[in-house]
Amino acid sequence: MERRAFYRNPVLPWLLIGPQLILVLVFFYWPTSQALYWAFTLEQPWGGGNTWVWLDNFIAIFRDREYWATVARSAFYAICTTGLSMAVALFLACFVDRSLKGTKLFQSVYVWPYAIAAPAAGVAFRFIFAPQSGLIGSINTLWPGIWDPSTNGIHALAMVIICHAWLGIGYNFIFFLAALQMIPRSITEAGAMDGARPLRRMFDLQLPLITPTVFFLLIMNLISSFTDSFGLIDTMTEGGPVGSTEVMVYKIYFDGFKGLDYSGAAAQSIVLMFLVIALTFVQFKWVEKRVHYN
Amino acid sequence: MTSIRLLSAASTIAVLSIATAAPAMAQTKFEFWYGLSGDLSERVQDMCRGFNESQTDYEIVCVSQENYDNTLQNTIAAYRANKQPTVTQIFDAGTLDLMLSGAYMPIRELMSSNGYEIDWDNYLSGIASYFSTSTGEMLSLPFNNSTAVIYYNTDALAKVGFEGTPSTWEEVETVARAMKDAGYECPIAFDPAGAWQWFEQFEAIHNQPIATKGNGFGGLDAEMVVSQGKFVDQLTWIKKMYDEGIIVHKSKDAGETANDAFVNGKCQITSSSIADHGTFGKQAAEGVHWTNAMLPMWSDTERTNSLVGGASLWTLKGKSEEEYKGAAAFFNYLAQPEQAQTWSTITGYVPVTMAGFEAMKANGFYNEAPNKGRELAVESLTFTPPTENSRGIRLGNYASIRAEMVKTIQDVLFNNAPVLESLQAFDAKGNEILRRFEQTYKGAQLP
Repeated sequence: MERRAFYRNPVLPWLLIGPQLILVLVFFYWPTSQALYWAFTLEQPWGGGNTWVWLDNFIAIFRDREYWATVARSAFYAICTTGLSMAVALFLACFVDRSLKGTKLFQSVYVWPYAIAAPAAGVAFRFIFAPQSGLIGSINTLWPGIWDPSTNGIHALAMVIICHAWLGIGYNFIFFLAALQMIPRSITEAGAMDGARPLRRMFDLQLPLITPTVFFLLIMNLISSFTDSFGLIDTMTEGGPVGSTEVMVYKIYFDGFKGLDYSGAAAQSIVLMFLVIALTFVQFKWVEKRVHYN
Repeated sequence: MTSIRLLSAASTIAVLSIATAAPAMAQTKFEFWYGLSGDLSERVQDMCRGFNESQTDYEIVCVSQENYDNTLQNTIAAYRANKQPTVTQIFDAGTLDLMLSGAYMPIRELMSSNGYEIDWDNYLSGIASYFSTSTGEMLSLPFNNSTAVIYYNTDALAKVGFEGTPSTWEEVETVARAMKDAGYECPIAFDPAGAWQWFEQFEAIHNQPIATKGNGFGGLDAEMVVSQGKFVDQLTWIKKMYDEGIIVHKSKDAGETANDAFVNGKCQITSSSIADHGTFGKQAAEGVHWTNAMLPMWSDTERTNSLVGGASLWTLKGKSEEEYKGAAAFFNYLAQPEQAQTWSTITGYVPVTMAGFEAMKANGFYNEAPNKGRELAVESLTFTPPTENSRGIRLGNYASIRAEMVKTIQDVLFNNAPVLESLQAFDAKGNEILRRFEQTYKGAQLP
């Protein structure tokens, strides 16, 4: 027996999805197609005209050693922020889930960082981490020169990664907590009666049961670290020192808007777009197989 | 009930729109976008108000876009959507793109076709040449212009027993060393992001080319030659001073900018724009005494004029005859000697015309604090007639090339990269940017 609801009116469904379709077309497909066109031309910034250059823009960026360094840096950045942010969030969520003293308070407090806009957090962290005057910078008075993100590229990258991870903790925390609370109490209680300590219960019971959430967060975090790092980097380091915090999205911004190389930036965004698509595809194809939804 | 309310709302809107539209009928409104913020933005608004009150035919609407980069980006976006302002302020590094775009109305043509007589030769040569074609025709109106100078803490100079101000790099080194020995922790404040004063101005006053073809004035096929000139030695010297702790890194990232470190008395020497002269005067901490001088030279070299920095006003294409008349009237208003003088007095930018400068000198403006010392900027700008190397920089996507220089200096200072190889790599990178630019404007001729 077929049980499908359908509209007799052929126009109504289109009217209903119309607004959403228009939004997607105007804010996604139209700019993307524009970028795609620019990526194959050399576009004059003031719009005086352009020349079709086939794949020249892509060849130019793929030949550039610095570009590959940016790609590798972005990958490193994505893995570190995602790993760090999710691990800390899960750790916190497990504690809050155990209904210890003050749980209610922590449930709301841990979400706060997510409400802070990245540039605002960037400015705050810039002051905190400033080597010559900041809070963290005061360790330089104990051990001179031990912390200096303004001249040391590794310090600068670590600083931005920590800040990005910190910003994401609230978001991850809420999802983890919700997932953990979905697990029937009886299961954990049964485990406890069998003598499993909290840590053991976490690894053998809770984690396997929340894999769909872990998988979802993994994708969201990876994508966000590729595309949302701009606000932080622009306010904290502007890609420096010596380009050591220049990730793909920041290079796109710089080449396009500061350097007025619209075509080069367009080609880079197309590459970034396909990278994110590929990443998501790979995760759905292989990682998801290990995820159990029921 | 609802329909009555709707009706009354609609009629209110209609009445309001008529009421607001009516006075504008008589006047032609046009927009001016600029890239200054804070105190300077207020000064621009004063100027706009002054213009609007001085006549009744036109109304200028002045919109701040916060900074030069935003102004350029927003103007481009607006131009592409055909919503551009009539007048916009574009900074030095964005000049060439606009020149090649054909999106502007040359200032000379605009003024003469609207019946205004401007004495173009009156503009300071160093300033005029930056905003002119290779044949010397001015395309935009110089507006807020500056050049770099060096600032000294006079107490620190006195403490190490130096009379006057050092005028050569050798003297700067001696003085700075003496300061270090006298217990000053930061003799010279240095920010690699200041490539404009530490690199471009150095090249200009030492008459060194940054690129062939007269720094690009001669054509889009210019090539970078920084690694073949004096800057190799200069960067080597900077690195040596940095390693010895005589030059100290100060930047926004480090927690304190070079300017802040100087006005707080923590650093004793810094180099910056003359436009900061006024700011330093206001911000200097209690007991910090300072003065400024022209940028130092190496003793075996002859000084040439320094480069102009800052921005100029461009008139964009695609507006109505009436709006152009308004823009011309506005430019004419700005060019009046008293306006030019007020602007320069209240901001710290240099007067852009010889007449303006002479008038300010005659008034005794430069004789006393807080303005004493500002005349050195004009002296530096007009020290010699502009040469091929000190006329200006006309290189494509120059903002990117400048950013590469900042990276290069950082790499040498912080990562001990070898100077010559780094500058050669910089030249190669710069050439890549230039070739790409040349290809984008294939067949275009420099005006």
